[in-house]
Amino acid sequence: MSTITASVPATKPMRTGASLRRSRRWALFASYFFLILFAIFFLAPPYYMVVTALKTDGEMAKLATNPWFIYDGVTLDQFRILLYNTDFLIFFKNTIIVTVCVVAITMVVSVLAAFALGRMRFWGSSILATGIFLTYLVPDTLLFIPMFQIVKSIGLLNSYWGMVLVYPTLTVPFCTWIMIGYFQSIPKELDEAALIDGAGHMQMLFKIFIPVALPGIIAAMIFAFTVSWAAFVYPMAFLYSSDQQVLTVGTVTSLIRGDVYKWGMLMAGALLAAAPPLVIYAFLMDYYIAGLTAGATKG
Amino acid sequence: MADVELRNVVKKYDDVVAVASINLDIPNHEFVVLVGPSGCGKSTTLRMIAGLEEITGGEITIDGSVVNDLPPKDRDIAMVFQNYALYPHMTVAENMSFGLKLRKFPKAEIKARVDNAARILDITELLARRPKQLSGGQRQRVAMGRAIVRNPKVFLFDEPLSNLDAKLRVQMRTEIKRVHQKVKTTTVYVTHDQVEAMTLADRVVVMNAGRIEQIGTPNDLYHHPATRFVAGFIGSPAMNFVPATLESVGDGLRVRLSDTISFNVPESRVARYKPHAGKQVTFGLRPEHITETRGHHNGTGQEFTAVLDVVEPMGMETMVYFRINGTELCGRVEPTASGNAGEQMPLRANLDQMHLIDPATGLVL
Repeated sequence: MSTITASVPATKPMRTGASLRRSRRWALFASYFFLILFAIFFLAPPYYMVVTALKTDGEMAKLATNPWFIYDGVTLDQFRILLYNTDFLIFFKNTIIVTVCVVAITMVVSVLAAFALGRMRFWGSSILATGIFLTYLVPDTLLFIPMFQIVKSIGLLNSYWGMVLVYPTLTVPFCTWIMIGYFQSIPKELDEAALIDGAGHMQMLFKIFIPVALPGIIAAMIFAFTVSWAAFVYPMAFLYSSDQQVLTVGTVTSLIRGDVYKWGMLMAGALLAAAPPLVIYAFLMDYYIAGLTAGATKG
Repeated sequence: MADVELRNVVKKYDDVVAVASINLDIPNHEFVVLVGPSGCGKSTTLRMIAGLEEITGGEITIDGSVVNDLPPKDRDIAMVFQNYALYPHMTVAENMSFGLKLRKFPKAEIKARVDNAARILDITELLARRPKQLSGGQRQRVAMGRAIVRNPKVFLFDEPLSNLDAKLRVQMRTEIKRVHQKVKTTTVYVTHDQVEAMTLADRVVVMNAGRIEQIGTPNDLYHHPATRFVAGFIGSPAMNFVPATLESVGDGLRVRLSDTISFNVPESRVARYKPHAGKQVTFGLRPEHITETRGHHNGTGQEFTAVLDVVEPMGMETMVYFRINGTELCGRVEPTASGNAGEQMPLRANLDQMHLIDPATGLVL
């Protein structure tokens, strides 16, 4: 009797343990399979860009070779010609100016608006907040015609300063919405404690809310940066001379002439245009995660 | 340090009355606890004193000055919140000094005050940490430290121990009492926990449905409750209430709880209850005044027998639950004296401690 009862607990956990290990192995296998699949899927276009940008025009003209590999040696000619013989650097400079201004304007407007709408309860604040978000749902492909009239009437047609004016119509509503959510998630006792400590509304915003909501502010900044850097419809409609053009439209219009596609330079331009967002994402993502996990462990 | 006065203070949210014309005088140095169930208006009252809620009517004075229209920062008060409300991006020292910096205190004085408060609360070694690196009890100390450094006229505590576990709550309760004994600042403390109220307060204010039911010392409220609400709210387990009839028996009185159980009213109470003879009343008696029969022969105890429903051994005592006329009652007996559930047990009621309540008004007779 005693041997039977002793043998049951000895074998059962072993079986359970073995099957747990087996199911864990399967889960890991499936995870890695899909991760590798998605990595290949998403990395194929950048890889193609890199490969094409490093090829000579001659190799690209030879349709016999496999386009995914380089056969005639690596060259930086595409980058050299792009940087020295085209207006690419002007587009780059214009894009940086527009993006920096748009991110700054967006953050000032949306942080102040979100603080007012999220924390300072007043009559109609929730309707106003919903209204702001609804404006985000109107696509720029619909807005650009009336916007054209406005930009033209204030004399900013064919000027990248016009972009500084119109891009915030895309960025402010969504960033305000993100920030309202962040500000509302901060316990109300925090502003009450600050009020009792003697802070005014602006001190409360700058000394308490902005530092506490920094992850949200960075998320909003990333959004504003991405929208501004990658905007296509507005510059396509409002800018037509090279010295005012931005990267997205400028690269395409200057490197595609009729049915002639300068693939090497297009890919080199796309790579260079993608570099700043990549660098900034990498830097801010670290900061973002650090902000979220600060002090999470006891020590 | 200052006295606080509330004169006919009213708070309404549209048509809902949260606080209905309350009057309260809190002298300098006193520790007053506002206690009551959820929604009784105690937190609203505290927030009105803090200036976080506007008052609909009446007058609040701190140190003799009316503060109705003063913003919180000009009232010279400090508040400790239930969820601590520490600034998460600041260190403990920065949290404590934030209010002083805003008030442009010299750096040397800020440091001296922070160091002093940290010493009082034994958090000196935590000054460089951020709130997330602290335990619940440590955060609560920091929240108190933030209040102490300001050296305000009044401390306001809004259920500061509710987020702590039971053991830590007892420790922090003692800590709060110790700090008050040291700094002696006038304190208004809100809690729904009557044990906290009893242990901390110089005076307890029991609130119910926006009104003050009774103000008194913890012992006053416990032994001389003014209403059924106070009698039931203060004390754990709660006072037993049984519908009864007050009968005249010659010159004396008898409280009849059921066909079989009735108690003679002690002679000292007869004159007080005589006008209510023949009426329906509610009989109130605390569990500790229903004991086993042996060993309690002093006082005017009267014996009865009950069939036990539930027996709860607590170690130092045993709670016994039984029914009289369908109403559940609780008694506190010696662990060695208790019977088992379903058994009959002779019990003794100490009638010197009884209360009779008018069921219509809820007032203790």
